[in-house]
Amino acid sequence: MSERRSYEIVAGFMPLLDSAILVAAKEKGFAAAEGIDLTLVRETSWANIRDRMAVGHFQVAHMLAPMPIAANLGLTPLAAKTIAPIALGLGGNAITVSQALWGRMAAHGAKADLDPASVGRALRSTIADRSDVTPRFAVVHPFSGHNYELRYWLAACGIDPERDLEIVYVPPPLMADALRSETIDGYCVGEPWSTAATEDGIGRIVTVKAALWRSSPEKVMGAAADWAEREPEALAALLRALCRSAQWCASPQNHRELAEILAARAFIDRPADWMLYGLSGNLDVGGGEIRHADDFFVPFAKAATFPWKSHALWFYSQMVRWGQVAHTADNAAIARETYRPDLYRGALKPLGVALPSANAKVEGALVTPTPVGSVGASLTLGPDGFFDGALFDPDRLDAYIEAQKR
Amino acid sequence: MPEQETTLSILIIDENRLRAAVIEDGLRDAGYSKLTVVHDIVGIARRIADISPDVIVIDLENPNRDVLESMFQLSRAVKRPIAMFVDRSDQAAIEAAVDAGVSAYVVDGLKRERVKPILDMAISRFNAFARMARELEEARSQIESRKLVDRAKGILMKTRGISEADAYALLRKTAMNQNRKISEIAESLITAAGLLAPPEET
Repeated sequence: MSERRSYEIVAGFMPLLDSAILVAAKEKGFAAAEGIDLTLVRETSWANIRDRMAVGHFQVAHMLAPMPIAANLGLTPLAAKTIAPIALGLGGNAITVSQALWGRMAAHGAKADLDPASVGRALRSTIADRSDVTPRFAVVHPFSGHNYELRYWLAACGIDPERDLEIVYVPPPLMADALRSETIDGYCVGEPWSTAATEDGIGRIVTVKAALWRSSPEKVMGAAADWAEREPEALAALLRALCRSAQWCASPQNHRELAEILAARAFIDRPADWMLYGLSGNLDVGGGEIRHADDFFVPFAKAATFPWKSHALWFYSQMVRWGQVAHTADNAAIARETYRPDLYRGALKPLGVALPSANAKVEGALVTPTPVGSVGASLTLGPDGFFDGALFDPDRLDAYIEAQKR
Repeated sequence: MPEQETTLSILIIDENRLRAAVIEDGLRDAGYSKLTVVHDIVGIARRIADISPDVIVIDLENPNRDVLESMFQLSRAVKRPIAMFVDRSDQAAIEAAVDAGVSAYVVDGLKRERVKPILDMAISRFNAFARMARELEEARSQIESRKLVDRAKGILMKTRGISEADAYALLRKTAMNQNRKISEIAESLITAAGLLAPPEET
């Protein structure tokens, strides 16, 4: 009998639905099956996750996908080199507004259909109507998918995110409170923190990340680069555990159990029913009106955990777009190298799961589910379109950045 | 020596009022007089603009750290760039701070030796506060378990008609046999007695 190696790994996470893959890896024994003694530590801020990784308390963590890129670009106050060897699913966010703002948007033609274009048009005329009030929207972090998708949506609808409204930052669990106290008029956040507002009757979900950009990246598991280099086998074992966990999380028959696990005090600490909206994609958009959002949160299908370099580069393009970093060839290379599909492939090959042959793809190009080149099992990707029909070709990064200049 | 140090303006953000006071005292004793203590993040951008702090100390439990950091990047409120801790290369100091549960942001360009004593003070006060809180918690749980044991003894004395000493001996023996704490045995006995108690006569 060959001796199994065992590993101790401590992972930080934030109380969000998309911590599911990490949480289930521990709670359903996928980590243990790979010889990993996985400890999960719930954190109160993304800054804590970053700092505790920098000082070695955590080897890996649930992270906003742009965070490791920002760290490697030196944009954060304490930055340790971080890699993204696996994504933690696609989608999962929603944009929610107060009842008051919804009332005004409805008067301008907004409907409860989650359609980003028509809801955005209604928001635009609502803002144009009252030039004396500037709506205030919150996102969770400057380097977050939420920040970029909210701005993308607004800009594509003819709303200037910096002139026509104000964007502020609020921690996810405090979003609904901020809406109730009228500190903000709307927000973009991961589940269950939009459901927190609709359950309370204080907000309306107007659109979702999956409608703004279908099959789009959201969280990754970041790993401390020096640890990953020192302990490649521990990392590979963890990637396998996360892949199996993602597979389990994706199966609808497991959703009730997953919801119960996530609802526990140590994790999200909210009712299990709240988790089921996001897991099923059948969202209560407000007042008990249920709307189905296709691919609302995708944990496994469509290579949902694959760290596409085109995702890293899209986030980078938005950092440039909103003035967080200057565009240079070196900076683009840092962003591209943050994502590590090579480590993902190396670790998951023995599992026989579908591994994309390419490291990057043209984002938004697939209008229907399309079989693509893969190793292992066969793989279908898409649809993956942006709501405005735009394409992001990572080989034409300069042109994309140029076209988005304001 | 502290003459020039006292000119540094320090902002302390901590939702825990007691701990904030402990840190404030420490810094004041060390000769820093330009101190501002804030318990709530609401309106913090304006406060930062007014105070223009050289150093910001915030506890790591605070969920608003991301909000605070976003201000350093984007807000017009903060006129000067702010970096974290004293010196990124000073890994030991950073570790000590994170271990203690405190984080400090420092205006760019401040000399390390001017800021280090502030951070050291914050770290030692945070550690002292955590120790104090731990001791308090231990004392509280000791009192709690003594109360539980007393109640369990009372139940045994009443239901079995035995002396206090015998009741205690019985609890202790059961705890030893089951390899559990005597307070745990007492707690389960109280719960069981509550469940089995005859309905109260009215």
